[in-house]
Amino acid sequence: MTFRERLQAWRYNLVPDHLVGEILTKRWTDNAIPFLALVATLGVFGSIIPGFFKLTSLQESTRQLGEFSLVVIGMTVVMLGGGIDLSVGSIFALSCFSAVYVFFILEQSIWLALAAALATGLIFGAINGYLVGYLRLRAFLTTLVTFIFGRALFDILVSTYAADVQLSQASSDVLDFIGDGTFWGLSVSVWLAVILAIVTHIALTRSRPGWHVLAVGGSRRSAHNAGIRVRRTVFMTYVFSGFCSSIGGFLIACRLSGAGPGTGLNLEIMALTAAVVGGVSLGGGRGSVVKGLMGAIIVLTMTNGLIRLGYGTGTNQMVLGILLAVAVTIDIRWLKNRHKVLNEVYVAPVYLKMGEMQSAAPGSGTSYELDNRLSAADHIGLGELEGPEDVILDRDDHLYCGTRHGEIVRFFAPDYVKSEVFAHIGGFPLGLAFDQKGNLISCVGAMGLYSVSPEREVKRLSAETARSWTSIVDDARLRDPNDCDIAPDGRIYFTDSTKRYDAHDWALDSIENRATGRLLVYDPKDGSTKTLLDGYRYTNGVCMAHDGKSLFFAESWACRVHRYWLEGPKAGTAECVIRDMPGYPDNINRASDGNYWMAWLGMRTPSFDLSLRHPDMRKRMTRRLPQDEWLFPNINTGGVVKFNEKGGIVETLGDLSGNAHPMVTSMREHKGYLFVGGILNNRIGRYKIGGADPNWTSPASYWGAKP
Amino acid sequence: MNAIGWPNWRRLNQEGIVFAIAILLFAAAALGLPGFLTADNLVAIVRSVSVLGILALGMAVVIIGRGIDLSAVAIMAMSVAWYLQLLNTGTSDGLAFAYVLAGVLAIGLLNGFLVAYADVPAIFVTLATGSFVFGYVRSQLITQDAVPVPQGHWVELLGGVRFLDIPVEVFVFAGLAFLVFLFLRYTKWGRFIYFAGDNPVAARNIGIPVRPMLVLRYALSAVVALIAGLLTAASLHSINTRVVNSTLLYDIVLVAVIGGIGLSGGRGGVRNVLVGAALIGILLNAMTIIDIPLLYQNLIKAAILLGAIIVDGIINPRDEQTAQQGDI
Repeated sequence: MTFRERLQAWRYNLVPDHLVGEILTKRWTDNAIPFLALVATLGVFGSIIPGFFKLTSLQESTRQLGEFSLVVIGMTVVMLGGGIDLSVGSIFALSCFSAVYVFFILEQSIWLALAAALATGLIFGAINGYLVGYLRLRAFLTTLVTFIFGRALFDILVSTYAADVQLSQASSDVLDFIGDGTFWGLSVSVWLAVILAIVTHIALTRSRPGWHVLAVGGSRRSAHNAGIRVRRTVFMTYVFSGFCSSIGGFLIACRLSGAGPGTGLNLEIMALTAAVVGGVSLGGGRGSVVKGLMGAIIVLTMTNGLIRLGYGTGTNQMVLGILLAVAVTIDIRWLKNRHKVLNEVYVAPVYLKMGEMQSAAPGSGTSYELDNRLSAADHIGLGELEGPEDVILDRDDHLYCGTRHGEIVRFFAPDYVKSEVFAHIGGFPLGLAFDQKGNLISCVGAMGLYSVSPEREVKRLSAETARSWTSIVDDARLRDPNDCDIAPDGRIYFTDSTKRYDAHDWALDSIENRATGRLLVYDPKDGSTKTLLDGYRYTNGVCMAHDGKSLFFAESWACRVHRYWLEGPKAGTAECVIRDMPGYPDNINRASDGNYWMAWLGMRTPSFDLSLRHPDMRKRMTRRLPQDEWLFPNINTGGVVKFNEKGGIVETLGDLSGNAHPMVTSMREHKGYLFVGGILNNRIGRYKIGGADPNWTSPASYWGAKP
Repeated sequence: MNAIGWPNWRRLNQEGIVFAIAILLFAAAALGLPGFLTADNLVAIVRSVSVLGILALGMAVVIIGRGIDLSAVAIMAMSVAWYLQLLNTGTSDGLAFAYVLAGVLAIGLLNGFLVAYADVPAIFVTLATGSFVFGYVRSQLITQDAVPVPQGHWVELLGGVRFLDIPVEVFVFAGLAFLVFLFLRYTKWGRFIYFAGDNPVAARNIGIPVRPMLVLRYALSAVVALIAGLLTAASLHSINTRVVNSTLLYDIVLVAVIGGIGLSGGRGGVRNVLVGAALIGILLNAMTIIDIPLLYQNLIKAAILLGAIIVDGIINPRDEQTAQQGDI
């Protein structure tokens, strides 16, 4: 190995590049930017303002933060529903005035003042909600106008009643406590904000109305089509926002014992900036209460910090303007380009030097030498089928296969002309096997392990295994269950080819070539699924040995076949029995003469083998070239290989014409015939095997003669 | 008569109704209010709506292209305030004007760039830049809220120019209105604005340079705001930056929307601005003569704007096919 290759091997096999992409697939990465901004803001202002973290100073600023957070929670919910509420400042101010009016001028109890404040907020919110939700006006302009309207009303009221409020003698212990007191060291406003935040968070993430809000924000039309009452949901978000702002207004009325011309001024742009800076998306559907709160802390710390640092009039607006513009731009660009970034960094190829192989070229004289025998196979279901990945026959000679459309199709013996949909699964059925009772077990791509009874009852057996401790993407889920076989004791051994890609992205997995394939076992006795082996390059076909004491499984991208021991001295271990084949192995099945059939889905090429030694090149390729210009395994030629118990190659069948069976993913011997399937093919082939036992069937080989 | 930009019958009705209301209001004020129907007062009305009308022209061009410019008032006040501040601190006139023009264009281009190339909704971009412009100029470049015009400067002299006893800003308004009319009606790029406003995706597909034109519109709006600001300073001999926090911005939107320029874009023209400005001018003047306090005037204007938006929403319902997710 040259020094360059050694470097490449270290660089690409030891540095975990793939983790970057896996982390980016997580929704919580959306939180990372606002969280870092929060830490940075607190750090900067905490260090340049003396006494920033002192208790008394915190108490005063958290009181304000409590009120502000309430408003931001309301704004967040409206924005999650796809709207915006610019009238929060006016609602805040008017609610404050209502409370002040009832308490100081009418001299009623504080609870009546609270009721008045809430009623003001709810009515104002309902007006907004009616205009935006039911009349479907533009949220931004409509609430802007109701904001001006509310502000004008508030200015009139304040200038009319300011003197009366000053002269009022009303006082209340409750009001003083709400305004100045603390409970367990925290002010009432903070407690209220915390409680409301928790309740809102739970409602949004775990209740039907909350889901409706997110659904409407995510896609209005889809939500409507799904039967959600879109208009009412939008209406309710504005009412909720009015409710939140009115509580804030009531709190400030208690804190300041009055309402002034500055009450709630610029609150709308502050709340909007807070929500957006926190990462609540414009247009709805993405965001959370926590994000809103993070934004609230950032914005309030910045504006208060700048005032305390002595910057003059206008600084706040400047900072808010910059924050808003930057946050909105980042939000829009991030949402738009996130999947592009993800696509670019997700594929993280590794270095692999494939071993020297024997040639499979016709006339090369090796046991791998391909011939043209398969081109002579009869065809079954030509043009009716799409993607028979695996084929299997039952005791009555009927033929079964999966199709791309998510069905298992049955062709009737003896001529296999008539067919019917045996069962509808919904996912792409890949590997098939019959158990002792005649249930058809199938690995369904991206779904899991399924069982179909002779009465066509579809049952899910397994869709997950234990999650490994170090995984970042959820590797408990079966992403690409590929083939299965059943041991004499009824346990189902099956492969899950990759943890990194879904079944249809197998080509990307071959380019990346990272070893994440697994061998798993499902135990029908207790319904558990266990991972037996991990870290193979695309585990594929599985086949029980004739004696039932071991099984063979294929490792496609490494062109190897392994034997896994179920019992005996080597139980629980695997050993490689065939290495460095010239083709990529797929399913493996029993042959009548005590040997095994193995399908080749494609052939190795010198160019692709070379590219495996250049992970940097493959990485550039996936980033810069369109998908149809990528270099990937040659799947235009495949074949069927027969090997013996020791891993020796007996013979190889192929279709050199490339017309009937260029790519072979499965084959099944039945009464002297070989039935051949291919995942990209449009037929099943039936090939008469010379000298094969004309009575041998696979169900009999597994489960004995017909009972 | 079905060319794009020509009002269809429904729109003609709305514009006609507004025009009729304006005339009715005018007649009622002329009969009922003493001192309304005098030459001085009529000139005052036209004069009072000139600046508003000029700003509304810029806004109209942006709205027709399916956008909105909430930074117009901030640009108007703050650019002129900075200009006058530079003059007062001894910068030469040419250099100061070059600075200010560059600053105004920069903000216009920034608005346009963020809307066109970063795909950020116009409403947020201009809200943010408006806030930034006000905050930056107020806190960094000028020292007090109001900046006076230096003695004998051309801006001050401009305020005194009369022609046939009519102040100069009326002529500027008329001239600009005519120019914008020509631009929208008779130039290729003017026609393209209607296409882009009506259906941006389709406009882009047929090869119209939608994005550069968006940038152009916001730059245009910013320059129009600068002109309006200079005229304001000319007539008042100073500029008060507090106007940014007043309801002037909503008056501009009010003029455009009430005149019948649909907020969904692609519709309306200069005539709509004139009709809207006429109605608002008469209304404000009448309210001032009746002596309604400013606070109540704001309430009434807000109510009218709300009504106008509701009517606009009913007459021009949002098109689900071209409205995008997040278009709020």
